[in-house]
Amino acid sequence: MATDTIAPGPEAPAPLSPARAKIEQKTLRTDRWWLSPLLTLLVLVAFIFYATFRAFEDAYYYADGLISPFYSPCLSTKCVPDSSLGGFTPFGDWAKVSPALLILIFPLGFRMTCYYYRKAYYRAFWQSPPACAVAEPHGKYTGETRFPLILNNAHRYFFYVGLIFNVILTWDGILAFRNAQGEWGHMSLGTLVLLANATLLWLYSLSCHSCRHAIGGRLKHFSKHPLRYKSWTLVSKLNHKHMLFAWISLFGVALADAYVALVSHGTFSNPTFF
Amino acid sequence: MGYKGKFKVWRGDASGGDLNDFEVEVNEGEVVLDVIHRLQATQAPDMACRWNCKAGKCGSCSAEINGKPRLMCMTRMSTFEEGETVTVTPLRTFPVIKDLVTDVGFNYTKAREVKSFTPPADLKPGEYRMQQIDVERSQEFRKCIECYLCQNTCHAVRDHEENKENFAGPRYLMRVAELDMHPLDTADRKKAAQEEHGLGYCNITKCCTEVCPEHIRITDNALIPLKERVVDKKYDPLVWLGSKIRRRSSTDA
Amino acid sequence: MTEPENTQNVQNAEHIERHSYDVVVIGAGGAGLRAAIEARHAGKRVAIISKSLFGKAHTVMAEGGAAAAMGNVNPKDNWQVHFRDTMRGGKFLNHFRMAELHAKEAPDRIWELETWGALFDRTKDGKISQRNFGGHEYPRLAHVGDRTGLELIRTLQQRVVALQQQDQAESGDFEANLRVFAETTIVRLLKDEQGRIAGAVGYYRETGQFVLFEAPAVILATGGIGRSYTVTSNSWEYTGDGHALALLAGATLVNMEFIQFHPTGMVWPPSVKGILVTESVRGDGGVLRNSEGKRFMFDYVPDVFRKQYAETEEEADRWYDDQENNRRPPELLPRDEVARSINSEVKAGRGTPNGGVYLDVSTRLPAEEIRRRLPSMYHQFKELADVDITAQPMEVGPTCHYVMGGVEVDPDTQGTKVPGLYAAGECAGGMHGSNRLGGNSLSDLLVFGRRAGLYASEYVDSLGAGGKPAVAQADVDAAVDEALAPLGNADGENPYTLHHDLQVTMNTLVGIIRKPEEIGEALTKLEDFKPRHHKVGSTGGRRFNPGWHVALDLRNMLIVSECVAKAALERAESRGGHTRDDFPTMSSKWRQVNLICSLNADGTGVDLKHQPIPTIRQDLLELFEVSELKKYFTDEELAGLAGVAAEDAAPAGDAESVESDESDESAESADESAELDAAVAAAVIEAEIEESTATDGEVGESAIPGQKVKAESASESASDESEPESAQAESESGSESESADEAVAETAAEEK
Repeated sequence: MATDTIAPGPEAPAPLSPARAKIEQKTLRTDRWWLSPLLTLLVLVAFIFYATFRAFEDAYYYADGLISPFYSPCLSTKCVPDSSLGGFTPFGDWAKVSPALLILIFPLGFRMTCYYYRKAYYRAFWQSPPACAVAEPHGKYTGETRFPLILNNAHRYFFYVGLIFNVILTWDGILAFRNAQGEWGHMSLGTLVLLANATLLWLYSLSCHSCRHAIGGRLKHFSKHPLRYKSWTLVSKLNHKHMLFAWISLFGVALADAYVALVSHGTFSNPTFF
Repeated sequence: MGYKGKFKVWRGDASGGDLNDFEVEVNEGEVVLDVIHRLQATQAPDMACRWNCKAGKCGSCSAEINGKPRLMCMTRMSTFEEGETVTVTPLRTFPVIKDLVTDVGFNYTKAREVKSFTPPADLKPGEYRMQQIDVERSQEFRKCIECYLCQNTCHAVRDHEENKENFAGPRYLMRVAELDMHPLDTADRKKAAQEEHGLGYCNITKCCTEVCPEHIRITDNALIPLKERVVDKKYDPLVWLGSKIRRRSSTDA
Repeated sequence: MTEPENTQNVQNAEHIERHSYDVVVIGAGGAGLRAAIEARHAGKRVAIISKSLFGKAHTVMAEGGAAAAMGNVNPKDNWQVHFRDTMRGGKFLNHFRMAELHAKEAPDRIWELETWGALFDRTKDGKISQRNFGGHEYPRLAHVGDRTGLELIRTLQQRVVALQQQDQAESGDFEANLRVFAETTIVRLLKDEQGRIAGAVGYYRETGQFVLFEAPAVILATGGIGRSYTVTSNSWEYTGDGHALALLAGATLVNMEFIQFHPTGMVWPPSVKGILVTESVRGDGGVLRNSEGKRFMFDYVPDVFRKQYAETEEEADRWYDDQENNRRPPELLPRDEVARSINSEVKAGRGTPNGGVYLDVSTRLPAEEIRRRLPSMYHQFKELADVDITAQPMEVGPTCHYVMGGVEVDPDTQGTKVPGLYAAGECAGGMHGSNRLGGNSLSDLLVFGRRAGLYASEYVDSLGAGGKPAVAQADVDAAVDEALAPLGNADGENPYTLHHDLQVTMNTLVGIIRKPEEIGEALTKLEDFKPRHHKVGSTGGRRFNPGWHVALDLRNMLIVSECVAKAALERAESRGGHTRDDFPTMSSKWRQVNLICSLNADGTGVDLKHQPIPTIRQDLLELFEVSELKKYFTDEELAGLAGVAAEDAAPAGDAESVESDESDESAESADESAELDAAVAAAVIEAEIEESTATDGEVGESAIPGQKVKAESASESASDESEPESAQAESESGSESESADEAVAETAAEEK
């Protein structure tokens, strides 16, 4: 037997040997592992196209007291009349670009640095990895150790800013209790659309991992902070569904924008309830 | 009840090997490990595989079944079609010793690199007082049976041999998180998590969580919270400022 | 270093890696790791030999918890109560001193784990929570959900790593003083000319290469023997290696007939038959029903237990919420009782289709609560049997779980008859008597693992610098040749077939209920297996060859099975883990007998002899009422207990102790009886030393240090224990609480 003649082994086996089992196939998975990243890819690409188009369109974002979430808060004098937040236009006419571009940086940043979306785009776009136990196509991998991906650590700041946006979008929903003439005490389908959008965004933000950390996750002794522990428990529950909220709030924003656009185009008249 | 199942089992060693075809009896209620045992007893007595408890508690019989990292003792044959060929291969990330047995020394090396539990110096045995809610987070991580499926699946080392040196892998980053959340651990592990154990290599693609037979939510409950704690320590100027002003580590509350 | 030239002469057939250590621990489960840690604390260079990977030991399978009378949940608990429970559980066949040490030291061992990072479940005031378990009077089991064994092994494993990190900091080498040899199997222990332990030979499973450990002290911590049975909760490692190595090295085994069949193992699907369903399921409200839906355990409460156990389902159900005012459900009877009851139900045709009974927790607790309290059980059934225990009952039946018998050891030092050889944990015998209480195993590992490590280290010290025993090369060669034999015999019988035949033989003929003719048949078969074993062959090479490994393990299983069968045939009574069809009752005469197994003169089998059981120390006897002792002791013994009887009637002693009525507190603070304690212990130990040294033939200087060690241990236990006067108060309190819940667990003749 060949093994009988092997000289005494080394004191300990070399810890990191490249002598892996030689299996040619990149994966032996037999299920449809490619389906999920593919769907992710398609949906995100579709959203990007839609959002880019709408952001550069610079029109049809305000109608009947409803403002598209892509354009709120509208802070430049370029904004269509009444769409700005109480006439507050700190940016003046300084920005020549579409007001949406100034705004979308933040939600975009929030989602780009989101722990869920990171998984989604690393898998679907960068194929790192495409699916579990499926080899990735890259020769080198440094993860989030260096620029630019190390910037993902700034997620919490986007979270804070996101909260401000949530307040504003919620306010937009409340403003939608006015009719086209600006009189309070009315309600339309658009009101519901904006409120639903705001709610979904709140759920998405509150279920965020950074939120979970800030609210209590960072503590060492929950028992010394009963209130924060309670909040943490609640946020943890939401956090279980973070992926779900990430997707439906994305659809929510797009749909809310599309709704406003359709109303603004006049393709559709915003049905009022009272 | 029983049927003849088709199996492909990788056999070989570091110098080479391939998938061998077997036809073997499969009975109702069996798991993949039963079939491997039957192969040993009837067709290939020297086929190497590790196993101990056969109840999903020791984490010895890790392998890749139809390409998915699984415990052989926890993979029921009923999850496959009768005509389906079941492929069993060793863990890919570690050097193979023989057949389904790999050299998992990497994990023991990494285990040693994590600074051990550091209790308060003045606390005597029997005096430890901890509240249940304070120990629960770490307890979840201590459910780990060290099957190394997460270590095997993580693409950071699975696809990149060179990262093995700098990356501890999910199991040991979770160990760092466990100690950092331990109510009586006094060491600060956040900087080390990033700088020594390579937390930055984790791109939270959650494969570790997907393959964990203990259903530990490794990514959501250990790795991401640890990343957030690292941000507190290394990247967040506000937290840093706060800790200076309050003259104590704000996470140490 | 002794005779280094020896090392070089032997390059003939086999290159053998050599290592020299102070202490070699065989087995990396709870006992082995605890022993290694202690030896390392004592400054020794230690090797841990693990048959599996480091951290995979069978200890991880322990679910319920570790029994220690910390009194965190019920402050009435103390070591005396724990001692009583243990003795009752073991039907008074326990080595009293081991039961005593165990009860006293268990809390410290648990607390120590916390300082190494263990995270037990907590009480409201932040202490370690304790749970109820069969046979324990108070909630006593420190636990972590239902994965306590895993917590224990992980904590010890991480302690080993911590010590290695210390060594790394000091010497630059993690393995300078404490090294784990994973996936290494020991095939023989080696002795020097004086009969002292000199080392051990083994092989690396990965490469099939042999390795020699030169060491003056070896600690066996190899666990049990369950792999000799078909239906077992034990893993493949449980092949009785420690038992066999000890026998082959000249040590003895005690009471090997006592094998615990855990009442609730899974019975379906066939592939998981035997896997454990934790007792906590019953502790947390699970009930046993037969196929007729009847909660049958009410029919099986022996009369002596009747006062303690509920008679109606209503009362039993109230107990879960109010344990002070209700009696326990009969599902929580000791394991042997429950196992036999299930066996009877199935034999009477009231079993489930798969030959078990139903264990139902789904109708007892809300689903959420079940998942929280029994997470691993939930997953085990969900994933292995596709049964949702929150909605369906489980099917369970008895499974071979634990061997109470084991290597005969000195109760204080864990030393065997062979100088330098120690044993701890399941592979050591005596502690549990005829039946082990749930939860006493994990604490046993810690208490006696530590002691083995400590006294092995002292033994090494006593040898001095030049006194290390030398290994004889011929022994090494013989061991290697023996181990290589199956490989040179590729046409031999398939070892798996022989293993299977052995399992079936033991399971059917020396199982739960034993008949003399069946045991006789088993012994005949075992004789037939011997020549077959010599002819087994293994194909393939030496690298990680499971067929070869099985062939080697068979030697150990066969010799241990022979001990079990011979002892089972000899003991003509039923007690704990040994039930004889033809002698259905316990016999006081047999309680006085330990059955000792040793290798026969020509090494082809085992001899059995009777040995009187050590006399229980007076102060410990006083913890029991005479009425209870009557169930176990012979009339002559009882006559000798006149003093106890008198005390029982009217507690003698000074006025102070008579008054200590509400002496719960004094019992807690009182630690121990002192002088008497030490004196008796010393006497017992002395006797054992005489015995062991007598067999040693010419005992030179070497044996004396060993003796010194033992004597020290006795005086040590005296010095660190509290004042003598507390003894009286404490024994008083013992009988006090005894009468309060009178006739606790007197397991007498009625068990059938």
